Amino acid sequence: MSGVWPEPLPAPAAPPGPRILDIRDLRVSFPGKGWRAPRVEVLHGVSLDIRPGETVGLVGESGSGKTTIGRAVLGLAPVHSGAVEFRGERIDRASARRRRRLSQDLQVIFQDPFASLNPSIPVGETLAEPLHAQGVPGRDARRRVLDLLGRVALPADAAQRLPREFSGGQRQRIAIARALAIGPKLIVCDEPVSALDLTTQRTVLDLLLEIQEQTGVAYLFVSHDLSVVRYMSHRVNVIHRGVIVESGDAEQVTTAPRHPYTQRLLLSAPVADPAAQRDRRAALDRRRAEENT
Amino acid sequence: MSEALTSDNHLPAGAAAPRRAKPVRRFLRNPQAVISALVLGVVGGAVLLAPLLSTDPGAAELSKAFAGAEPGHPLGFDSAGRDVWSRLLHGGRNTLGGALIALAVALSIGVPSGLVAGYYGKWFDAVANWAGNFVMALPAMVVLLASRAILGPTMWVLMVVLGVLVAPSFFRLVRGIVATVRGELYVDAARVSGLRDRRIIARHVLIVVRAPIIIQIALVAGIAISLQAGLEFLGIGSGDLPTWGAMLNEAFQNVQRSPLFMLWPGLALGITSAALVLLASALRDVLEDGGTPPPRPRAARRARVSAPTTSDSAGARAALLSVRDLAVSYGSGASAVDVVRGVDIDVAEGEVVGLVGQSGSGKSQTAFSVLGILPEGGRVSRGSILIAGTEVVGLPEKRYRALRGGVVAYVPQEPMTNLDPAFTVGGQLVEPMRLRLGLSRKAAAERALELLRQVEIADPRRVFDAYPHEISGGMAQRVLIAGAMSCDPKLLIADEPTTALDVTVQAEVLELLRRLQAERGLGVLLVTHDLGVVADLCDRVAVMNAGRIVETGRTAQVLTRPQDPYTRTLIEAVLDDAPARPAWVAPRAADGAEVPA
Repeated sequence: MSGVWPEPLPAPAAPPGPRILDIRDLRVSFPGKGWRAPRVEVLHGVSLDIRPGETVGLVGESGSGKTTIGRAVLGLAPVHSGAVEFRGERIDRASARRRRRLSQDLQVIFQDPFASLNPSIPVGETLAEPLHAQGVPGRDARRRVLDLLGRVALPADAAQRLPREFSGGQRQRIAIARALAIGPKLIVCDEPVSALDLTTQRTVLDLLLEIQEQTGVAYLFVSHDLSVVRYMSHRVNVIHRGVIVESGDAEQVTTAPRHPYTQRLLLSAPVADPAAQRDRRAALDRRRAEENT
Repeated sequence: MSEALTSDNHLPAGAAAPRRAKPVRRFLRNPQAVISALVLGVVGGAVLLAPLLSTDPGAAELSKAFAGAEPGHPLGFDSAGRDVWSRLLHGGRNTLGGALIALAVALSIGVPSGLVAGYYGKWFDAVANWAGNFVMALPAMVVLLASRAILGPTMWVLMVVLGVLVAPSFFRLVRGIVATVRGELYVDAARVSGLRDRRIIARHVLIVVRAPIIIQIALVAGIAISLQAGLEFLGIGSGDLPTWGAMLNEAFQNVQRSPLFMLWPGLALGITSAALVLLASALRDVLEDGGTPPPRPRAARRARVSAPTTSDSAGARAALLSVRDLAVSYGSGASAVDVVRGVDIDVAEGEVVGLVGQSGSGKSQTAFSVLGILPEGGRVSRGSILIAGTEVVGLPEKRYRALRGGVVAYVPQEPMTNLDPAFTVGGQLVEPMRLRLGLSRKAAAERALELLRQVEIADPRRVFDAYPHEISGGMAQRVLIAGAMSCDPKLLIADEPTTALDVTVQAEVLELLRRLQAERGLGVLLVTHDLGVVADLCDRVAVMNAGRIVETGRTAQVLTRPQDPYTRTLIEAVLDDAPARPAWVAPRAADGAEVPA
């Protein structure tokens, strides 16, 4: 796919209410390959905000920079310019000490449940890690681990087992339990279900929704799958080549998108109904024909 | 660090213990490991207990020079009338002690610097790397000789120098592994969990480098012992200490008179070094080949539980591809497990049949068995596969190959890993055509360019000359499709052909497949987990679960009116029709900063 897309749509007026996360004009660049190569900018001034207890979806294709936004929030990607404010406080240049304290409120669920758990450490110890880091005493930590396992519907004896004894869906539950361990206010979910089977995907998504209802945690939900983002998010941002091209309420963005790129994204995703898919394909063909003329 | 270690006890230990003990058990089951460890233990023990087991190694009785064995002196006396047995034991203390010092120095320099360089990188990595390369470039013997001249003939000091010289081998080992681990998601996750770097290194990083370090220790210890003995043999060490090298030196001077003197220190050195090398290689087996899980355990387990079925093999068989009662097994005899059982599939000419299921359902195994490319250990244990009327179960490999290149073609899941990075795209397209169709290089190249044009690549010439890393994933999949079309197949087996692609690219590749299929009247067996792809492309669909086909039918019928409960679960999990999440409403306790945790 080539071609130059039209300018991104102006972001809708910021919704009222206090924000838990506020990203303004974020730019991230990585060193170029080779001697004195110019830096490669992957995010060209991205702004988005999340209110407490809200899910904000971030949808885009590979290389769009969607994962980098999450990593920049977590302090895992270098922020070149712009601001990341968490609960009213700048965190884009937070010190290591500040980051450690932040981890109480700011957590992550990574895409790959096979790589995000240390294969040689029993699950219980992985879950206890954030608790120890926050100084929770051993006894309480142990009780909390069992509690967490119950919360994500895993048996209590899971604590002593190694990650390789679990399926992908179960591992992702473990990763969710780890993120929940210290009661965070915001969880960055980086493609949390894209490595999972269809049916497992649904149960993990429902678990995330249920947890949000119970705890009021906010999610930054990153995914390449429009239907997953639509199911999970109150508001959706569409990112393409490091720029947010469209944002708005989930219903509007995912059913009546206004930016041509979002429209193309929506029409490209096949639906599991032959008749509906035929219509969608025809619409995609029409779009292509229009773009070519 | 100790805090990190004790904190492990916070969890109920009972069940965790046996799992943790696995390497120990593997060690005990490995005869080479046990024997070499025992030999080392005996040598070490004898050497440690030298004062109890023997007399003063320095006590010389000139009258007994070259005397044979006598009670209390089992190995006789040397040229100065000293007891050989006690010199051997005490010499071992010095030799092994020296090696230990070298090892300790090497470890304490190499491991921490490797950890820091690998974990933090940046300037320390650059400096440490340079220093390591510099030290490795130095000739060890020359440096040792020079340091003896400067620092004096003390064996212990020389061993410290030796330790510095071998430290880079630990540094490089640790740095390499740590740099890899540093990029692991679980290290990122630990950082986000708020763990200090110190603790992340202690828990997540050290555990990975532990095994390679242990192996390296055994190897380096062997090297240190032989180098130490070599120095002493040359008379470069401290002359006053009994060591195995010094004993060899002395024996060498008297080799004419008493050749047996060579034997004892030589044996001690040989046995110790050999035991160390053998131990190192056994440790590698024990520690590094531990945790490989059996292949495809999920499908296997499920297949075992579900009840066997008899499939009715009745019904007309399609002309292009017809699979009847197919079973695929892994393993043999009683331990054999069926991952596919009783599968019937038909693909007529010009028909697209989808094979859907979740991971481990056996759908790829079915496709592989049609192509005759089941992974190691797998085999078609029952059933029949007809391709264009030819029974391919049990077909000789040579005839199968002819079939694969001509009638059947294959489009794999991961376009990038299926192109060889060492050859240009054009080269990879041309070669099979020259072999298969007997075309000249020029004709094959022209045909390849034509195929690239057919798969809608805008600039075929550029792609033809490009290496795989220079093209995108979608482009690579087009290239593979072009390759599959190169020999005008009748049947295309596509295994998740669009799963690795972005959704907009997927739509284009599906479009391409549809066009090629219609133009060429191809029969397609499309393996996928994506019901949307099925709806887009397939005429009929077969749903697989736990190695069996649970439902087959026209696509529209299966997807809109599924009969089987499993198909229904699958379709219900699709989010297409799920409502979008409604706009966010502020919680009643509207103070956003105080969300209950």
